[in-house]
Amino acid sequence: MPKRTDIHKIMIIGSGPIVIGQACEFDYSGTQACKALRDEGYEVVLVNSNPATIMTDPELAEQTYVEPLTVEYLREIIEKERPDALLSTVGGQTGLNASLALADAGILEKFGVEMIGANRDAINKAEDRQQFKAAMTKIGLDTPKSLLVTDLEAGLEFSDEIGYPTILRPSFTLGGSGGGIAYNREEMVELLRIALEISPVHEVLVEESVLGWKEYEMEVLRDVADNCIIICSIENFDPMGVHTGDSITVAPAQTLTDREYQFMRDASLACLREIGVDTGGSNVQFAIDPKTGRQIIIEMNPRVSRSSALASKATGFPIAKIAAKLAVGMRLDEIANDITKKTPACFEPSIDYVVVKVPKWQFEKFPGAEPVLGIQMKSIGEVMAIGSTFKHALWKAIRSLETGRKPGTDVFDPDLVRSRLITPTPERLSYLRYALAQGMTVEEAHDLTKIDPWFLEQLREAIDFQGTLGDDTLETVSDENLRQAKRYGFSDDRLSRLWGVTEAAVREKRKEAGINAVYKRVDTCAAEFESFTPYLYSVYEDECEAEPTERKKVMILGSGPNRIGQGIEFDYCCCHASYALQEMDYESIMVNCNPETVSTDYDTADRLYFEPLTLENVLNIVETEKPDGVIVQFGGQTPLNLSLPLKANGVPIVGTDPESIDLAEDRDRFGRLMEQLDIPQPPGGMATSVEGALEVAQDLGYPVLVRPSYVLGGRAMVICYSAAMIESYMREAVAYSSQDRPILIDRYLENATEVDVDALCDGEDVLIAGIMEHIEEAGIHSGDSSCVLPAMTIGEEQLQTIRDYTVKAAKALNVVGLMNVQYAISADGKVYVIEVNPRASRTVPYVSKATGFPVAKIAVQLMMGRKLADMPELPKGILVPHKVCVKSPVFPFNKFPGVDPILGPEMRSTGEVMGVGETFGEAFSKAQLSAGNPLPDDGALFMSIGAEQKDEAVEIAKKFAAMGFELFGTRGTAERMRAAGLDAKVVFKVNEGRPNVVDLIKDGKVSLIINTPAGASAFEDERAIRRAAAAQVIPCISMLTAGRAAADGIAAKRDQAIQVMSLQELHQG
Amino acid sequence: MSFAALLALEDGRVFRGRGVGTPAERAGEVVFNTGLTGYQEIFSDPSYTGQIVVLTYPQIGNYGVNDEDRESLKPCLEGLVVREFSPIASNRRSQQPADEYLSEAGVPIIDGIDTRALVRHLREHGAMRGVISSLDLDPDSLIQKARTIPNMAGRDLASAVSTKERYEWTDPVPASSPSEHITTAEEKFHVVAYDFGIKHNILRQLRGIGARTTVVPAGTSAADVLSLKPDGVFVSNGPGDPEPLQAQAKNIQGVIGRVPVFGICLGHQVLALASGAKTFKLKFGHHGCNHPVRNELTGKVEITSQNHGFAVDPDSLPSAEIELTHINLNDQTLEGFRSRKDPMFCVQYHPEAAPGPHDSAYLFQEFRELMEGQR
Repeated sequence: MPKRTDIHKIMIIGSGPIVIGQACEFDYSGTQACKALRDEGYEVVLVNSNPATIMTDPELAEQTYVEPLTVEYLREIIEKERPDALLSTVGGQTGLNASLALADAGILEKFGVEMIGANRDAINKAEDRQQFKAAMTKIGLDTPKSLLVTDLEAGLEFSDEIGYPTILRPSFTLGGSGGGIAYNREEMVELLRIALEISPVHEVLVEESVLGWKEYEMEVLRDVADNCIIICSIENFDPMGVHTGDSITVAPAQTLTDREYQFMRDASLACLREIGVDTGGSNVQFAIDPKTGRQIIIEMNPRVSRSSALASKATGFPIAKIAAKLAVGMRLDEIANDITKKTPACFEPSIDYVVVKVPKWQFEKFPGAEPVLGIQMKSIGEVMAIGSTFKHALWKAIRSLETGRKPGTDVFDPDLVRSRLITPTPERLSYLRYALAQGMTVEEAHDLTKIDPWFLEQLREAIDFQGTLGDDTLETVSDENLRQAKRYGFSDDRLSRLWGVTEAAVREKRKEAGINAVYKRVDTCAAEFESFTPYLYSVYEDECEAEPTERKKVMILGSGPNRIGQGIEFDYCCCHASYALQEMDYESIMVNCNPETVSTDYDTADRLYFEPLTLENVLNIVETEKPDGVIVQFGGQTPLNLSLPLKANGVPIVGTDPESIDLAEDRDRFGRLMEQLDIPQPPGGMATSVEGALEVAQDLGYPVLVRPSYVLGGRAMVICYSAAMIESYMREAVAYSSQDRPILIDRYLENATEVDVDALCDGEDVLIAGIMEHIEEAGIHSGDSSCVLPAMTIGEEQLQTIRDYTVKAAKALNVVGLMNVQYAISADGKVYVIEVNPRASRTVPYVSKATGFPVAKIAVQLMMGRKLADMPELPKGILVPHKVCVKSPVFPFNKFPGVDPILGPEMRSTGEVMGVGETFGEAFSKAQLSAGNPLPDDGALFMSIGAEQKDEAVEIAKKFAAMGFELFGTRGTAERMRAAGLDAKVVFKVNEGRPNVVDLIKDGKVSLIINTPAGASAFEDERAIRRAAAAQVIPCISMLTAGRAAADGIAAKRDQAIQVMSLQELHQG
Repeated sequence: MSFAALLALEDGRVFRGRGVGTPAERAGEVVFNTGLTGYQEIFSDPSYTGQIVVLTYPQIGNYGVNDEDRESLKPCLEGLVVREFSPIASNRRSQQPADEYLSEAGVPIIDGIDTRALVRHLREHGAMRGVISSLDLDPDSLIQKARTIPNMAGRDLASAVSTKERYEWTDPVPASSPSEHITTAEEKFHVVAYDFGIKHNILRQLRGIGARTTVVPAGTSAADVLSLKPDGVFVSNGPGDPEPLQAQAKNIQGVIGRVPVFGICLGHQVLALASGAKTFKLKFGHHGCNHPVRNELTGKVEITSQNHGFAVDPDSLPSAEIELTHINLNDQTLEGFRSRKDPMFCVQYHPEAAPGPHDSAYLFQEFRELMEGQR
């Protein structure tokens, strides 16, 4: 069946900001869908609130809307664009829910938009647990015993009947939010209450526990002619009880006989057909009781998913791309397999390697959260590794995680072993290795963990072999054992620690013995057909298939697993680097290990190495490819950490010299440079001990900002108001610090305005890409702060100073490519430089979308030797956005109950959104809406404002009063409002007594908070207010700038119709 | 316990690995199978007689072997080449470690091989003769041995593996899980199956459609078969070159038109010979579980289980009498045909799966319908 000709214009809804459970994988799927549909000649209208995505690049769709994914805004876009169809299945749960909401609201019908991919009935049948269970029972598939409840009593009665532990699954929540396991009646009462609350429909499935069962996933595709194929099977290393997003997973399934596998395959296809997914991809999850073999179906997702992204990368079969083509009526046998070119996409990939995915958690960012894994996903990112065997892939994956811990240096508590094995935590694998090394048997380890003995046996073999190696030295080890070690996946680093020699010595010995990494291809067919796509992974086997070309080539080092502070923004930059290189006729070579990303799509770079970003792995690739240059400044801290060692090994780094990058991170040398340049920095010092830190702080005067050197995302950064706070910080931080990595202590500038600047430099000229004004108080990490482009309240004098400083710093550091500078403007108008990073920053995609200039691509051109002066298409000096663009962060606090949701210098947001408007107010209002904190239309405003800003505050209060808002204020603030003739009620501060402002918030009497704290006691107040506001989902604003924007935004919302504007329109001006 | 082992190919290429199980030496045609599951079924499939099998999936032996998943009474292959053989069997259904199962039959296992390099070699140069040995570790000697064994082309292996005695089969497919519901129709038909190396799952599937099967030796005459009063005749899969099976084809000619006839794999090739067609050797054959086959009658694509080194030349089939029904979408080779006038049809691939997808199970139902129609 050829593709449909009755539809021409297709709308795609993306997944919004990166949150836990919805990350880059939907940028990957959305990007693939856009490309696939346009290749087939369709017009694409894309909507996504997340500016950091590749999919929102204006080149990828006819019209690209960075707008809130709410029914009102989507309706407006539909009315304006009049698409013929809506592809509902590539934007994650958010895209699916938004599509469903549009259908339910009758908007699709009204404007004649057909939902393609999965229709409304299929979505409902798959998502509604009761309907799903009924459907599965109808086709004879086994499901867990369960009951859907809407109240506590019914739930308790049922769980008493089936026994504990009992699983709770709230309906229609993301990534299993609000779910849990109740081990007893008391816990059941508590958890069920929360679950009922969190479900948007107040409905919870109470379910028989299948804890400890084997867990599997199947990735399925179906076309309009009912051709069905399995792309990949996945077996979870961690048995049932740990969310699949938090499980180590392995592809393909390892411990199933063909009969069991085919039974699962039959069940998957039957499920797809019964649910009625007419075209596209789905994911079906199963559990098997290892004792009885009972096989139950857990759930199915009628859309592409995190697992389908993994399956695509694991097999080389691009699920989202094919699913998009199937959605427009093409058949699987009409679509060619990209990799073999000669065979059709209608087949089931076969693989001749093992793939392991390991999640990355960041519980350390959320003090107070219990680092226990359960049925609600907590991981922030993941890595994938491809190896010749499970062992090889697993060790590669662990290396890819960049835990910062050196192999073999973990400290274990022997008393905790059993509990660490029984209760899944991020540390379980480490403890498992420790326990096996201490002589625990596979049987015992299985009893405690329920992990399949086959996996445990693989661990045991590797650990035993390591013991054998430990009897050797670098001199005595046989070539055979050294080769075996490499085939098992031991890194040179690991071996060097085992033998007490340098990594370089191991490398040298290995090379002498002729034991080198070779590269195999991911080809979908286990080498049955020739592969035309260089998608490569390293192994220690005989034959190399890399076949490097003779072209001019540049290698891009990616950013590894998503983590807070280093996420999709850097992947965006790496993809752009590849595009820019290709435009300049260089061959682009991508190195990365994150399966979620667009950068690891074999379509993005000319050649893809799916490899850990370690010195050993990167050097091996360099030796094979011999690139003309390597780009290290786009992948965040990961490649930067490698830049000096790479340079020392003679690797040609293009762009800013690694020495300059290092200089900028070296407190002393950087400080001297700033002094020479006459650029002021906040006074500060360094310390490696508690005493030293107290001394520095004393000299500077409190409050001080304390942080370790060499970190991204403000890891472990705090504001200290007292000696006691310094002491407690240093006690924890000393572990991280050393003579070459001291703790940095700076004077903290209260009431300052922070500014982020991105700039391009060719070594001679500088082009400022954006001066972004933060609209949170200084001291909140720049990644957690909303910001606005262009700057709204900064005076021309300060702007000029910022421009001057930026140019001076860029030239002094000899920047070639991108640079990011953070400034603080103190209350008295003085500009200080906080830090300079001669590399791509998190804000590059936002700046690019706001200005319409592909900043990362321009940077690559500069790195490859072009000059700004030779680019007449660029404005001189600074890029200016045509409208107002506000970027706002999104936080994962709802996934970490019990964690203090206050903001500080340690970054905690996982994602971002952008609001575009004619005015600051409109843009701010949209950004807040997209970030999930919509501004209220009415209600009550609470204000607490420092003395020097009270006049300005009164002006803002007047605007709210005019809109009918009730006004509350702390004593001083309320008095000033009253003095101005406003009717304001006084509320106690937290430390004044009760009932206070927090009680007021908890009572639901406040709909908006403007609180600009200063000083230690205000700081405590602020925390309490933030906490209460977060719990009640009330927007909490900490800068008057934002307060005014909120007033304007609310006025705009009340008075004028919703406005939507595509990036293409925005960039035309 | 592991020990040195070598795989030597007739073209002089030698792979060094480790032996698993009991040391042995065996020779055969080296072929590769790309399936991700089902090694036990492969080991015990009589069609692999005379062949050394390279499994492209690197982890083999993980789930052991069991009595239910056997495709014949014992392992049939000459040798096994894998990347990594599992030291333990982890599965509820396992009754024996897989290496023990092979060692009992004297089948050598070589592991630690860069199997992908070997597969690429076979893909480029075609399936070829080879020897696995851990008894003789002299590469030159092994290369010479590889060159002395007979070529697959022209070999009648089917007659050798065929049953000597007629026997009855009435076992259905057992469920692999308490959650699996397998329908077994009431026994209603009698099928006579020509055994060229028949896989047990074919017999179980025949029982599933309500047939009791009498398995007869490959050389049984048409008259003897018809005297058993079958409702249908089945022509089985099997090893080797179909070309030498002219006499057997002639026998089967005598059955076509008298009762419904269904053939699989070698059976398909023999039915082609019986229809006057020619067969030829493929470069490295089709061995795997993921081959797309389009049913030309319905337009639907089936993912199929395949295991054949020879194929039928479609141009040699008399188009007036024969209708081509199934085509392989990877290489456009013929995968099935049927008679335009007689109740006879056959497929080159394996609708009984074991191992492989169950997409083509409908063909057994079609056989049942033919038998029903003839009553």
